[in-house]
Amino acid sequence: MIRIFFLRFFIIITFLIFIFRLINLQLLNPNYETISNINAIIEISDYPERGLIYDRNNKIIVGNQPVYDLMTVPENIKTFDTTSLANLLGISEKILKNKITQAKNFSKRLPSIILDQIPKEEYAVVQEHMWKFEGFFIQRRSIRDYKVNSGANFLGYISEVNKIDLRKNKEYELGELIGRQGIEKSYENILKGKKGKKFLQKDRFNRIIGSYNEKKFDIPKQNASNLILTIDSELQTYGELLMKNKRGGIVAIEPSSGEVLALITSPSYDPMLLVGNDRSINYGALSKDTISKPLFDRGLQAQYSPGSPFKVINALVALQEKVIEPKLTFKCNKGHYYAKNAFMKCHCEFDTNNDLNTAIYNSCNTYFAKTFTKIINKFSDSKKGVDQWKNHIESFGLGDYLGYDLPIGKKGFVPNSDYYSKFYKNNSWGASTIISNSIGQGEILTTPIQLANIASTIANRGFYYTPHFLKSSNSPGLNKVYEKKNTSIDSIHFETIIEGMFQVVEKGTAKIAKIKGIEVCGKTGTAENFTKINNIKTQLTDHSIFMAFAPKKNPKIAIAVFIENGYWGSRWAAPISSLLIEKYLEKEVKRKWLEKKMINGSLQNEYIKPYLNKSFKINE
Amino acid sequence: MNKKIFLFDWISFSLMIMLIIIGLVNIYSSTFNTNSSFFDFTIPVGKQFIFLNICVFFSLIILLINSKSFGKYSSIIYLISIFLLIGVLFFGKNISGATSWFSIGGLSFQPSEFAKLTTSLAVAKILSEIQTNIKKMKFLFQLSLVIIIPAVLIILQPDPGTALIFSGFFFVLFREGLSYYYLLIFSIGLIVFILTLLLDIMVIISMIFILTSLLYLVARKLNKKTSINPYLASISISIFFAFSSIYLFNNIFEQRHRDRFNIILGKEVDSKGIGYNINQSIIAIGSGGFDGKGFLQGTQTKGNFVPEQHTDFIFSTIGEEWGFSGSVTVIFIFTLLILRITQRAEKQKNKFSRIYSYSLASILSVHFFINIGMSLGLIPSIGIPLPFISYGGSSLLNFTCMMFIYFNLDTNRLN
Repeated sequence: MIRIFFLRFFIIITFLIFIFRLINLQLLNPNYETISNINAIIEISDYPERGLIYDRNNKIIVGNQPVYDLMTVPENIKTFDTTSLANLLGISEKILKNKITQAKNFSKRLPSIILDQIPKEEYAVVQEHMWKFEGFFIQRRSIRDYKVNSGANFLGYISEVNKIDLRKNKEYELGELIGRQGIEKSYENILKGKKGKKFLQKDRFNRIIGSYNEKKFDIPKQNASNLILTIDSELQTYGELLMKNKRGGIVAIEPSSGEVLALITSPSYDPMLLVGNDRSINYGALSKDTISKPLFDRGLQAQYSPGSPFKVINALVALQEKVIEPKLTFKCNKGHYYAKNAFMKCHCEFDTNNDLNTAIYNSCNTYFAKTFTKIINKFSDSKKGVDQWKNHIESFGLGDYLGYDLPIGKKGFVPNSDYYSKFYKNNSWGASTIISNSIGQGEILTTPIQLANIASTIANRGFYYTPHFLKSSNSPGLNKVYEKKNTSIDSIHFETIIEGMFQVVEKGTAKIAKIKGIEVCGKTGTAENFTKINNIKTQLTDHSIFMAFAPKKNPKIAIAVFIENGYWGSRWAAPISSLLIEKYLEKEVKRKWLEKKMINGSLQNEYIKPYLNKSFKINE
Repeated sequence: MNKKIFLFDWISFSLMIMLIIIGLVNIYSSTFNTNSSFFDFTIPVGKQFIFLNICVFFSLIILLINSKSFGKYSSIIYLISIFLLIGVLFFGKNISGATSWFSIGGLSFQPSEFAKLTTSLAVAKILSEIQTNIKKMKFLFQLSLVIIIPAVLIILQPDPGTALIFSGFFFVLFREGLSYYYLLIFSIGLIVFILTLLLDIMVIISMIFILTSLLYLVARKLNKKTSINPYLASISISIFFAFSSIYLFNNIFEQRHRDRFNIILGKEVDSKGIGYNINQSIIAIGSGGFDGKGFLQGTQTKGNFVPEQHTDFIFSTIGEEWGFSGSVTVIFIFTLLILRITQRAEKQKNKFSRIYSYSLASILSVHFFINIGMSLGLIPSIGIPLPFISYGGSSLLNFTCMMFIYFNLDTNRLN
């Protein structure tokens, strides 16, 4: 019996063992499926081109340009003339050989980069000779191309993701690009589009032998959306030109929408510096310049004393709190004593009687110091007074981030009673202690975009829209509606103020800002400022400030200009504002002499002063 | 003639045809590239189709031969095959390290495949003769020579895989009355061989000593008259096996064989080197899941990850593209076919027919066991084809001829 059934027994056992093994391999062990995928299928990302960026007039500012990388798969390299390849690429033979060795060490079968970002012009020549070099090939890639040499500060830049990015966001893979600053960062998700996936079939030598499963599993890429910015590229470029050899920040806003027309910081840099092979070297150089700080966006990040333009805000608060009325006059005797032995100078003549209107266009310190004192002293307690004042001020968007769509910014500063109580023990402070705030000095700090927003709010007679940089995009659901933000000041009071600001340009401190045929309203400012030299607080030449909007009726542009150490307001800030307004409204600047004077004017002498290691004069 | 149609073993025939068709489909898939067609005679599937036609031709001739002639001419055919095996060593063509092929014109022919057929006939002939008594050493020696001579000649090629097939005749001899002792020795030999590769020789010898002594002491306790001789014999045989295993392993085997054993025994882990073939085969089969990836959809197959996939590793294509259902079907067909032939063999009145059929079943079994076992990673990589399915003219021709000799004998069982 055993003899007869032995073979059958053997074959049945074999059958059972095989079935058992197959169950184990095919039904119970799902790992083999994944290994198979790792082995035979290569998953590659399919990147859409990064979205384009246009200005408000549909002029392209940021595009893409193709660059070409010379790649190699080391195992495919046939003997070739290293000298001629090195010459063709314009690199030394030694570097070429090193690169090839590195590629070999990385992988013999996977492609490595030998030379990256060969420019278009050289690519044509290299491509012609490629047939001589088996195992090398050229791969196309796309990098940023800036069509306009301006706006680097808000456009931002892109660079390869680092380990931190990878940890934060699982969507990215090594070697991918990510927006680092400005619009590129804020709208990264829209600009990058959505990468697709391609599954390719490999053979065991890692050679790609075609699409996997007739592309059934491929995920198509989603093209990136383009952005239309609120920026007027011509105005931006013109502003940067005017700021040559000057430091400061300029922000121009369309009051009726809150759209930022220009965001200028000076000094800035050519956006093309942060594209291509020299990106990191250039970035290093820019970030090391801690004196002129080209990467510091003064329009958003610099916190300055607002100076005299802030007087109009105080006037508005006073009107709203009914502590003054337009016809009320204060006497100024080249200044006034605001406390015992404390005199605040003013450039008014002796025995000048200013009402609100004249006080604004003559920028009378006395008038606004007295107004401010009245606001604070309206209440029994100056703490209450300061806090009430602060609430009004904050309704203009000061003392906090404005909420615009760029990743950087500063809050500025609006002091409150707690701040002073901490600073002056035993509540030994009052209106006279903090009087500097009345004329925009003292503790109050604003950024240029905040001051521009104030100009915009005044132009709108009491409200503003959050300043923003994105006008529209072809990405659905992105076009955010910004809600109207009302100040705590009644609209009626603005008319009074605006009349004063109109007179500033017509016959007051900023006649230079007058433009034929346009009713410009503005307010000059001259703000004291200090720095520390060897730990000693040292005063520098005043900042030149101007805040304006135009036209008076139905304003189209509101602007704030800060020129560091430019001395008085109408010296630099007012003419620059005026030129920008003219440029924006008239498209062409007729006052060529003024334009030339502004472009050629340089404040570099002022900027060196603190570094000369000797005493220097200010406000020369 | 009408009667013969009824007597013909249509079941085995159908199972064989199924396997051949499965073979063609999977050879096509294994070597598929987008611009190949099924009937392109420059690619394996086209060539296999030509071989199939040659097989049909030979099969028809075999069917026409008088069934008594097979026994009568078995010695001559056997001797021819031995001469061919000797001849191939001198005049053969060396393909991938083994001189196994005669190349005539464009066709290659493997005499070692043919030897399986002729040895089966020779074994059947000797065992079926009336005076043969397998219990007698003289006949056993004669039989052993008939089996071992072609095996040794094949080892010389060297093609140890094919030579191993001849161990299948053990099933035949055992069926025909080979002493149980040989089964015991065979089994002990196998166990000792595997253990020697795993453990140190001294450990093995001590284990043998302890085990046998214990057995002897137990037996002694049960029966005082127990002789010590069989125990001494088994100790010496075991030790002999252990040493010869080591000798075999280190001196006869080539490094690649040693590596293969080491990998299966888990002594070496090497997924990209020697173990690569088996590893890739397991991955391919494993990735098939229940219903497979579909015809021509195997990623491992298409990527050529499994070497020799249309020949020795064809089962991995089946596993990947047809999944568990397809693999089980193939294994089931093989099992059915072998069981069918074995069952029919038992029914043969003619001893020659019975032993020949049994030889066929045994050889199919060994092929089936080794080839699929290897594809599933259960045994070392041994290069032998899967009958009817693997690409290869000589193998297909040999197995169809063997099958048709069986059909002829079986159909004429009543004569």
